[in-house]
Amino acid sequence: MASTNLTEQYYDLHEHAHPDGYSTTLGFWIYLMSDCLIFGMLFATFAVLGGNYAGGPAPKDLFDLPLVALNTSLLLFSSITYGFAMIAMQNGSKKGLIGWLILTLCFGLGFLSIELYEFHHLIEEGAGPQRSAFLSAFFTLVGTHGLHVTFGSIWLVTLLFQVGKHGLTEANKRRLSCLSLFWHFLDVVWIGVFTFVYLMGVLR
Amino acid sequence: MSYRGCSMSLLRAGAMSTQPTLLRHASRLGSLVSLASLSACSPVVLNPAGDIAKQEASLVVTATLLMLLIIVPVMALTVYFAWKYRATAGARYEPEWNHSTQLELVIWAAPLMIIIALGSLTWVTTHTLDPFRPVARIAEGKPLAADAKPLEIQVVALDWKWLFIYPEQKIATVNELALPVDRPVHFSISSSSVMNSFYIPALAGQIYAMPGMTSELNAVLNKTGTFDGFSANYSGSGFSHMRFKTYGLADADFDQWVAKVAKGGDKDSAGALDTVAYLQLEQPSEKEPVRHFTTVADGLFDKIVNLCVRPGKMCVRDMMALDARGGAGKAGIYNVAALTYDKNGRETTIPVIPGRAAAQADARTKAFVRAICVPDGVKTPVPAAAAKLSLAAPARTPLS
Amino acid sequence: MIPTHSHWTPLLGRLGPDAIPTEPIVLATFAAVSLGGIALVAALTYFRLWGYLWKQWFTSVDHKKIGIMYMVLGLIMFLRGFADAIMIRSQQALGFGGSDGYLNSHHFDQVFTAHGVIMIFFVAMPFVTGLMNYVVPLQIGARDVSFPFLNNFSFWMTAGGAVLVMLSLFVGEFARTGWLAYPPLSGLAYSPDVGVDYYIWSLQVAGVGTTLSGVNLIATIIKLRAPGMTMMKMPVFTWTALVTNILIVAVFPVLTVVLALLGLDRVFHTNFFTNDFGGSPMLYVNLIWIWGHPEVYILVLPVFGVFSEIVSTFCSKRLFGYTSMVYATCVIGILSYSVWLHHFFTMGSGASVNSFFGITTMVISIPTGAKLFNWLFTMFRGRIRFELPMMWTVAFMLTFTIGGMTGVMMAVPAADFVLHNSVFLIAHFHNVIIGGVVWGVFAAMNYWWPKAFGFKLNQFWGKVSFWCWVPGFWIAFTPLYILGFMGVTRRMRVFDASFDPLRVYYWIALAGAFLIAAGIGAMLIQFAVSIWKREEYKDESGDPWGGRTLEWATSSPPPEYNFAFTPKIHDIDAWADMKAKGVARPISGFQDIYMPQGTWAGIVLAGLSTVCGFALIWQVWWLAVVMLAGIVGTAIFHTFNYNRTFYIKADHVAEVEAARTAQLAALEKGAA
Repeated sequence: MASTNLTEQYYDLHEHAHPDGYSTTLGFWIYLMSDCLIFGMLFATFAVLGGNYAGGPAPKDLFDLPLVALNTSLLLFSSITYGFAMIAMQNGSKKGLIGWLILTLCFGLGFLSIELYEFHHLIEEGAGPQRSAFLSAFFTLVGTHGLHVTFGSIWLVTLLFQVGKHGLTEANKRRLSCLSLFWHFLDVVWIGVFTFVYLMGVLR
Repeated sequence: MSYRGCSMSLLRAGAMSTQPTLLRHASRLGSLVSLASLSACSPVVLNPAGDIAKQEASLVVTATLLMLLIIVPVMALTVYFAWKYRATAGARYEPEWNHSTQLELVIWAAPLMIIIALGSLTWVTTHTLDPFRPVARIAEGKPLAADAKPLEIQVVALDWKWLFIYPEQKIATVNELALPVDRPVHFSISSSSVMNSFYIPALAGQIYAMPGMTSELNAVLNKTGTFDGFSANYSGSGFSHMRFKTYGLADADFDQWVAKVAKGGDKDSAGALDTVAYLQLEQPSEKEPVRHFTTVADGLFDKIVNLCVRPGKMCVRDMMALDARGGAGKAGIYNVAALTYDKNGRETTIPVIPGRAAAQADARTKAFVRAICVPDGVKTPVPAAAAKLSLAAPARTPLS
Repeated sequence: MIPTHSHWTPLLGRLGPDAIPTEPIVLATFAAVSLGGIALVAALTYFRLWGYLWKQWFTSVDHKKIGIMYMVLGLIMFLRGFADAIMIRSQQALGFGGSDGYLNSHHFDQVFTAHGVIMIFFVAMPFVTGLMNYVVPLQIGARDVSFPFLNNFSFWMTAGGAVLVMLSLFVGEFARTGWLAYPPLSGLAYSPDVGVDYYIWSLQVAGVGTTLSGVNLIATIIKLRAPGMTMMKMPVFTWTALVTNILIVAVFPVLTVVLALLGLDRVFHTNFFTNDFGGSPMLYVNLIWIWGHPEVYILVLPVFGVFSEIVSTFCSKRLFGYTSMVYATCVIGILSYSVWLHHFFTMGSGASVNSFFGITTMVISIPTGAKLFNWLFTMFRGRIRFELPMMWTVAFMLTFTIGGMTGVMMAVPAADFVLHNSVFLIAHFHNVIIGGVVWGVFAAMNYWWPKAFGFKLNQFWGKVSFWCWVPGFWIAFTPLYILGFMGVTRRMRVFDASFDPLRVYYWIALAGAFLIAAGIGAMLIQFAVSIWKREEYKDESGDPWGGRTLEWATSSPPPEYNFAFTPKIHDIDAWADMKAKGVARPISGFQDIYMPQGTWAGIVLAGLSTVCGFALIWQVWWLAVVMLAGIVGTAIFHTFNYNRTFYIKADHVAEVEAARTAQLAALEKGAA
């Protein structure tokens, strides 16, 4: 009898398996932190090289602040609409969720279009990433952010299909929360970009 | 110095005055230990001919001894415990014993003490032996004369040889360095293309030679003789041969050497070092013989550091000044040829690799042109303002 | 040699007939590898093993199998990396007195670059990742890692990177820049060939795998510990694994960024690290060492954990100073970020900056020293059994101490000025990496092999290997320490006449390298003999060494679910505690066990990434785009699969456990 008690004391005889996705949120956070470091390094690179115009144009010559402000507001709005999408998800409203997600996607695509326009314009003018270390760092930092938004959008479209097909299952909810983290993370990074690259760049 | 000089006593290596007496004695002891273990050949790093290198050597020895204070007991205990507590010996056995506050205190405190000692030593010596700092004395017990002015030497690491410019004497040499003994020397060091490291073990520690910037080294040589110098940072295919002899000469001999180089006419003489000669010299080459230049173009080193030897190039200094004022605006966008220094690299003249197709020089040139003409698709004509402001050289400079 | 864009075609990019090397040594290697490869493929086909490999191994998400695959990868790459080492040693022994040796600079410079890259990224990293993968879930009483599919994917990405490095031997060439590829030398202007591109893309592909496996193991350790295992009851190896993986996640992104920027410089002519247009090569050097120094601890911390486990097991005694061991590990982890500049004191950052980094470097030696003392006092009043793992441990303790000392010598900036980049430095880091990481891995292999395969390794050949390796190491590297004091610098290919008296040192070093080669040979024989006579060396107890941690609580090899019932933890040495209390194994009441399912997605995604990397190296843009689309498409397709788990039925568990019970009973009877 004592030995059975001991066994019970030392082995989990009535174990419940960890639910699916038990570690997902933590894992995704850790991944986001590593991604955050990628941006951290790109910011650091920009901080080091951002003043090296190589006798070429400086931020004040290039940046169209009203346009960038518009772009920023698009991304900020997309974060808000994603927030509403999550509320809809919590309320179990599949329709509301999909509607808000589509709106988020539109804002995201709008953001990307303006960014592409900006890049195209700069390169047309001859201020491409090859012109100076400042421009290399600028294009890479902003471009990496844009690339993230692109992948976020692809992910969003995928989730639209999956929610459409399977509804608000636990797995889908988990995926939506991860994308939510990702999307807000990109927003935070963009605030850094807007402040340090555009605003402070023009001031310098 | 050739490695054959095996008879040198190592005893002096550690005998330095900057450390307290105890450490000094310890250093002597350490040298003895190294003497015993390092065969009969003279390790130049521990037994150098310059005061700075000597202090650095003594630092190596002192640091080692400080650490041996803890390393030796640890190693001895490892062997002792391994022997004493082997399973077959039946020594005292306490399987549950796993903690002792006193012991923990000791094992953290003992290394800490050593590191505090070593750390203080580090702080002091890093400042006193900072290569950028002028030397404070000629040698131990030999103070610097109040009016002593260091000899200026400008060093350029080229692919794969060393250029030494004596700006005051207005001469230059390749792969040969002569230094007057017991006179402080101030080296300004740069590179034409990639990173190298300027190192004469007998004289002083090394410092990187980097393109577009200057590093400095202050040192003094205390012995006449021949010493080895080389690049201590891998820089490409000719790296192994990037070596030069350093001659320590008495004052009179040094003056004589300078006069000989300036006069020219001997087998090593290569005429004047003007822009054209430099641009030819700069081309990659291996196993270069010693060369002496009778004169040097004014401000050549300055131009090398600023990457603007080639006519029509904007000096890095000017570019940075422009940048500090906020760049040159959109008008400066097309100002690229003047800023492109790296050309098509050095691969054009790289020796043909056995068993491979010859390197195609013109292909590389094309790559280069592509690289600098990046606003390739730009249709808009260059604005008039830009054309005026542009410092760009004509498309084909005399030497491009 | 492939000139940039000289014959770039849309279809094949830079690929052309001149991509095939013509150097006889490379050609012979190519022939040998091809023949060996064909023979292997033929054998696998003949014995109909493809299906088995695919189902049971390649697509498996079992952390134990993935761990073993990492070890195999590390071992294969170790042989390649060591071949490079022998080539370096013999070239340096021959290149004297006007002789050019047998390798021209084009070849030699690739060899020493490849040696460094392979040994760090594709030998040491797979070895420690493999160990952590295999052991950590068992030690914490988990069924698998947190993200089993990701684990499989990570492994294949690492393997993909290794494939790219190997490919550079036969198609094109590898970098000629040294293992950290400092610009401007590694920039387009000075290295226009594909070598540096191979370097960049193989490390990028492998780096993704490493980062993700770091994320995975952190989540595993934090979330999946058995009930009762608080942080301060985790085995020391698991602790070191946790800190290591935190380091991985915190620094590999830096490597990713710095290599990406170098790649942009090379492909899109940006100006991050160029001499022109305001670029800064010094930025590269800083960034890469911000990754590079923590990397050293990523390699060595897990083996510190290994030695901790081994010392306490073979001294039959609790580890001395568990708490201080844990704190030392954390302190080392944190401090490893604040020392990177000691790799380039000679750049001239100024005395105060140099002193700061010199002193932080020395400070790291305090917790490291504490660890050594802890092992030492674990031996004190222990009952030491000198089995192979313990032999390696003692060799490590003696050797690593010297390596640590020479490291601190170079942490003093003014002393570093005379030793930097010399062969003294080479001797130093081989002293810590061989004497620490490599021997630690050997100790671990001998220690955990019986757990993984159910039979012990042959002792005789293990001892032969040990007695070749340890003296071999000292014979190979002591001459380099001495040569460093004579002002001999690293990466030299030939030596002019003034070096003639030093030739003997290089010959001694070469002899040492051959002794090490014999050690490696003996180790391979050890594996072969052990597998051949596996019945003789069989261990049925599951606990051949008198282990103290949970991995020894289950059978060898463990069932795919690891533990039929998750153990509850009451002590740091959980298994020793259970043995002492005489806890009986539960033999009834089995439940269904929820397990992850194998998937093809990992190997396919990694395969596509590898091809994509190859296309980017050769600038075959269309292929790169197709592969990228393939990767995204496959990943999306994979997310539509919601059924990634299955149940191992209770009946099956009962069957397996009954067999185990019978096995243990038979053992007990035999013993009685």
